[in-house]
Amino acid sequence: MSTNGTEKKWDRRSADTAERMAAAARFIGPGKQFKPEDTVALLEAVIRPGDRVNIEGNNQKQADFLAECLNKVDKSKIHDLHMVQSAVPLPVHLDLFETGIAKKLDFAFGGPQAGRVAQFIREGKMELGAIHTYLELFSRYFLDLTPKVSLICAYKADRKGNLYTGFNTEDTPTIVEATKFSQGIVIAQVNEIVDELPRVDIPADWIDAVVQSPKPFFIEPLFTRDPALITDNQILLAMLCLKGIYAEYEVKRLNHGIGFLTSAIELMLPTYGNELGLKGKICTHMALNPHPTMIPAIEDGWVEQIHCFGGELGMEKFVAAHPDVFFVGPDGSLRSNRAYSQAAGQFACDMFIGGTLQIDKYGNSSTATANRVAGFGGAPNMGSDSHGRRHSTEAWLKCGAEQPTLDRTLGNMPRGKKLVVQGVETFGEGRQPVFVEELDAWKLAKNANLPLPPVMIYADDLTHIVTEEGIAYLNRAPDIEARMAAIRAVAGYTEIGLKADPAETKRLREQRIVMTPEDLGVDRKRADRSMLAARSIQDLVTWSGGLYNPPARFRNW
Amino acid sequence: MALNTLEFHVKIDEGTKSVDRPIHLGVVGSGDMEVLMEPKDLKGSVSVKIVTPVTGFDELWKRVVETFVSETLLGDVHLEINDNNATPAVVLLRLRQAFAEATGE
Repeated sequence: MSTNGTEKKWDRRSADTAERMAAAARFIGPGKQFKPEDTVALLEAVIRPGDRVNIEGNNQKQADFLAECLNKVDKSKIHDLHMVQSAVPLPVHLDLFETGIAKKLDFAFGGPQAGRVAQFIREGKMELGAIHTYLELFSRYFLDLTPKVSLICAYKADRKGNLYTGFNTEDTPTIVEATKFSQGIVIAQVNEIVDELPRVDIPADWIDAVVQSPKPFFIEPLFTRDPALITDNQILLAMLCLKGIYAEYEVKRLNHGIGFLTSAIELMLPTYGNELGLKGKICTHMALNPHPTMIPAIEDGWVEQIHCFGGELGMEKFVAAHPDVFFVGPDGSLRSNRAYSQAAGQFACDMFIGGTLQIDKYGNSSTATANRVAGFGGAPNMGSDSHGRRHSTEAWLKCGAEQPTLDRTLGNMPRGKKLVVQGVETFGEGRQPVFVEELDAWKLAKNANLPLPPVMIYADDLTHIVTEEGIAYLNRAPDIEARMAAIRAVAGYTEIGLKADPAETKRLREQRIVMTPEDLGVDRKRADRSMLAARSIQDLVTWSGGLYNPPARFRNW
Repeated sequence: MALNTLEFHVKIDEGTKSVDRPIHLGVVGSGDMEVLMEPKDLKGSVSVKIVTPVTGFDELWKRVVETFVSETLLGDVHLEINDNNATPAVVLLRLRQAFAEATGE
């Protein structure tokens, strides 16, 4: 290849790929298949030092076999890789940095390896590009962080190399699109190779090589919450949310995450929700994974449509039996897609509700702790006002109209605002106060040399805080002083909460900037588990008519 | 696990209200607690005994119980709490539930 700057050559990337694939050709047979025992040699043939490489894996399915094989390559041949990937939840993802095979990381979520990420940055073993949100990272796959080689996973391949990703399609289409259409190389691991696929999710000509992994890919039932573990206090918070926010704003389109509070809310739609007459008025359209705790609400006719980021183990048959609600393929199985669901969460949802480890006195929140670089996945996208949004809904208009100071930036122009809600108990695990003077994120920024403290949700996006003390309607606060006072008023017995001035709290209650359970007509005495439509995993199975098949660890019968 | 026992009294000036009968509520599950609430002639005061694995939160316990007593105007009652790492939110919830049951409110 000429390095002469005056020569016009516009296909260097595909020529480079062709050269690499020629080196790998001896391992690849019909149907693009190669043998598991040739995987390390094949990776050595197609990857070059310094390449940008993606290993597929989010918080659910993982291309674990390919990740393990990448760890076994000869590091005199392959080193200093730049990993660009959603998450690094497996130990092998970090082992690459221990051995020097990889040098730089751009990612969105650390999960269980978050402690090692911080440590490796400190020790100089890892250069951190940036912590992203999912959509932000996906966007960069198409501009300045395009992978040269991607190692992906699917359930099945056929004899031509077409892939079925099915229930757990998740990130695959995004990664493959970015890699293949920039003339990169896509290697897939599959659980089995069959004559005929249920449907084609990824066409064979977007794939360069396929291997049947020795064992099925690892997948985590991350979004299964056992109703038996929901506490009375979470039920109180759920009552406050339903009456003080869902009903107040008539929130129809929203995202629910992984927390116990939202599980409690899901399980109280057929009970407390019906009592408040909210069916059809709230929660009709949702961006969420197929949470088992959604089963009673779906069966009770609450939900019109759900789009899923990923799948959830055990929910396959239930989803397939509800094609009016879920997105399914011609074969009847779910098609999840993280990029589209995240986009829906950002632009089509009127509300994000989640939890956090810490909220500072201004209302900035973070799950970062002093020694873990965890990242936030999708929360910062969905938990932020979408400034590009132009369509209106009642909930969005009302939340926006309640802002008393909109005129200071927009003059007389009206504008809506997404509801961004943090639901927390004032003290979390181990009696750690949730409300703090300063987020631990500041310490992490120092410990891991980050350019700024990792904030999950910024104060100017946060519109509501719900605690056992009541709701702070931060969108109604005229200035930062009132906002801080409203936060103090719901901060309970934390040091921040003890600074609340009773006279000021009383004024805020009169102005409906703070509302206690009593102000909202929520009876604390009723906050017990009889509020839940299902009180155990077994109840969920019953609600599903036997279609929900819980993973073994959730079975106690 | 070593248990920490706290004993103190709370008395408020305003009118006081006792309970009709002894009440037992809650279980000593993880993150939870049980409370025993019984009428006792204490000259309008509330006596409190807390057994908890948590140390270093004595002031917080007092503040939480004081809040409860002042909002319910409780007097002439003995409170006994067996705690297993309940948060202040859970403590107040259990106390309020026990009070509601004891007074029929």
